[in-house]
Amino acid sequence: MLHAKSRRKENLVVRGARVLDPVAGVDAVMDVRVDCGVIAQLGTGLDTNEHHVVDAEGLVLAPAFVDPHVHLRTPGREDEESLASGTAAAAAGGYCAILAMPNTDPVVDSAAVLGALVEQARAEAEVPVGFLASVTKGQDGAELAELGELADAGAAGFSDDGRPVSSAGLMRRALQYASITGRRLALHCEEPTLSRAGQMHEGAVSAELGFAGYPSVAESLMVERDLALAAYEGEPIHLLHLSARESVEALRAARARGVEATAEVTPHHLCLTDEAVRTLDANLKMNPPLRSHADRAALVEALRDGTIGSIATDHAPHARHEKEVPFEAAPFGVTGLETAFAALYTHLVEPGLIPLETLLARLSDGPARAYGLDAPRIALGAPANLVLLDLAAEWRVDERGFRSRSSNSWLLGETLKGSVRLTVADGRLAYAA
Amino acid sequence: MPELRVMRETLPPPPEERRHLISVRDLTRDDVERLLATAASFEQSLEREVKKLPTLRGRTVVNLFYESSTRTSSSFELAAKRLSADTMSIKAAGSAVDKGESLKDTALTLSAYDPDVIVIRHPQIGAPHLVARVTDARIVNAGDGKHQHPTQALLDLYTMQRSLGRLEGLHVAVVGDVLHSRVARSLVQALDLVGARTTLVGPPALLPRGAEAMGCELSTDVAATRDADVVYVLRMQRERMQEGANYVPSLREYTARWGITPERVRPGQKVMHPGPMNRGVEIDPRVADAADALIVDQVRSGLVVRMAVLYDLLTAGPAPVPAAAAMEVA
Repeated sequence: MLHAKSRRKENLVVRGARVLDPVAGVDAVMDVRVDCGVIAQLGTGLDTNEHHVVDAEGLVLAPAFVDPHVHLRTPGREDEESLASGTAAAAAGGYCAILAMPNTDPVVDSAAVLGALVEQARAEAEVPVGFLASVTKGQDGAELAELGELADAGAAGFSDDGRPVSSAGLMRRALQYASITGRRLALHCEEPTLSRAGQMHEGAVSAELGFAGYPSVAESLMVERDLALAAYEGEPIHLLHLSARESVEALRAARARGVEATAEVTPHHLCLTDEAVRTLDANLKMNPPLRSHADRAALVEALRDGTIGSIATDHAPHARHEKEVPFEAAPFGVTGLETAFAALYTHLVEPGLIPLETLLARLSDGPARAYGLDAPRIALGAPANLVLLDLAAEWRVDERGFRSRSSNSWLLGETLKGSVRLTVADGRLAYAA
Repeated sequence: MPELRVMRETLPPPPEERRHLISVRDLTRDDVERLLATAASFEQSLEREVKKLPTLRGRTVVNLFYESSTRTSSSFELAAKRLSADTMSIKAAGSAVDKGESLKDTALTLSAYDPDVIVIRHPQIGAPHLVARVTDARIVNAGDGKHQHPTQALLDLYTMQRSLGRLEGLHVAVVGDVLHSRVARSLVQALDLVGARTTLVGPPALLPRGAEAMGCELSTDVAATRDADVVYVLRMQRERMQEGANYVPSLREYTARWGITPERVRPGQKVMHPGPMNRGVEIDPRVADAADALIVDQVRSGLVVRMAVLYDLLTAGPAPVPAAAAMEVA
């Protein structure tokens, strides 16, 4: 389901790092030896076997990250991102695998479009990339796409991301039919008659600024509908980019009843609130919008307790001239691949809101499991999917430093703590600072 | 859970550089009082025979209007001319905007002429901020979408002060389509700044959720205007109503429940309206034409208040123009 260009598998010894795989229960200062892309030995004072040696004293070596929600803008808007640039950005952000959303032009709703992307990924992708296909033809919410053929052609899952599946009846049919594919439905929950024309979270800030509001209930109502349908059909679902407290409460209650639902949250929803929109900076405009302090607190708590198992960047590149317009005219979306770890380390781990171990698990194990991918592990015999992190490094987010073709980051000008020094993806060296 | 730390909102304010008037939030109470005093001294000077002051000779004021406007654009233009500034008025229709030029490029083009002030009206929130970022001019917001219209709020304060003799402690009821009104937003903030009270009155869906955080009260009952010193009637903005949005069942029902009729106005209660009026919809013509209506005074105030704003932005000193000096140049 994941595709990348073929490259030499690495022979490598990472020496003296704090090796931290919270899911495998590993936390020790030791060496890690990789032979031909596979973790071959863990211990102290390992022979180098003439491998390339990385001196990692004082650094943290963790399972590399998996981003379940990226917009690679290919085909159609290669000026904003390409498979090469987007996967290079992913590598620089510590990711060993990413999943791309199908809302491209044309939409990934046929085996032909999907096949062309897989070919291109084999030629260009710096880290393995998987492609979701759309739930409905053209993502127009009217007719099911050929989910069976798309699954056979390698679709990693199904989503109409960017739009909801408005019709409850069609949503039910999609759940029923997706069950034969073994792939998960990933749902963008938004009741369009409530969010219509909304530019930001509906609340005191939108009241003052005059923006049309996109209320929390526009999301949570659809979350509740989809959880009810998933429960009725007994099929799993994955909820994309949750933003509202009420959505989290509905998810927690459904999971307690045994509904097989996973969910993701973005770094920007975990770090910011709608107060930030007062700047009218178009790089703070995204769907779903930044919400209140109470919503943010609920998201952080759900991430901590595991109700939300995945962090997803929802990396959404946009051309500079399309964001350099008044807030109301700007498209929704911000980039995130190259800043996710540092943003979350700086704003959640350093202030003590969540432990580092939880952050690492939600960036890697959670998203991999949500889509049935092999989770990156630091264990003997596992393929090397490794990220080397410098937790003490401070750096300033500058648009000139991005590997992405777009620079619509919500963090421009901010100083962050924590940087990625090295990424190994499926045994291949994908990034070295 | 510990206090959440959020970056942008905890950043220190940017250093004071060029001054703009983009939002009432840009102003302090001192600023408002100074501007109103400046406007009063201009009014005195204009009552004399010579209607032109040399104060801004050699300065350039550009009026950039992306929305139709009669009173705002004409009063800014006249205000600049009365202060002897060179003015240039650009309307979106018939300009390069028609050819798809972006706001950024239009602003850059205009800034090549080194304007001292750009007065901008635009249908989108945040347009003046964008122009402020890409040019060196001082920016005056003449209305950006549903966000702000700060000179309207200032002229409304000026009108209230002239008519009622004070602002502190006044109670103003703002009635109508608050949701779509930049006038209401600016006015609530300005009244709060000078120590007056505001009650927003209108149909539930036209009172923005969370608006009480701006420091006002909300009511859906038109009787809430009863105790107010001023009833401020908003235009029922039909052009902003999304089709089928059902904010109210019909204009007829709106008028019956919230229209300001003679029966709903107490003797001595002042009535204001930012214009243009829909007579017979939000305001009964008998109210609009009554002696207690300040609607024509508002238009007159617009000229001197906008003169004061231009003067204030282009002269460094916070001191109001002494009335004597104004008379001297006249």
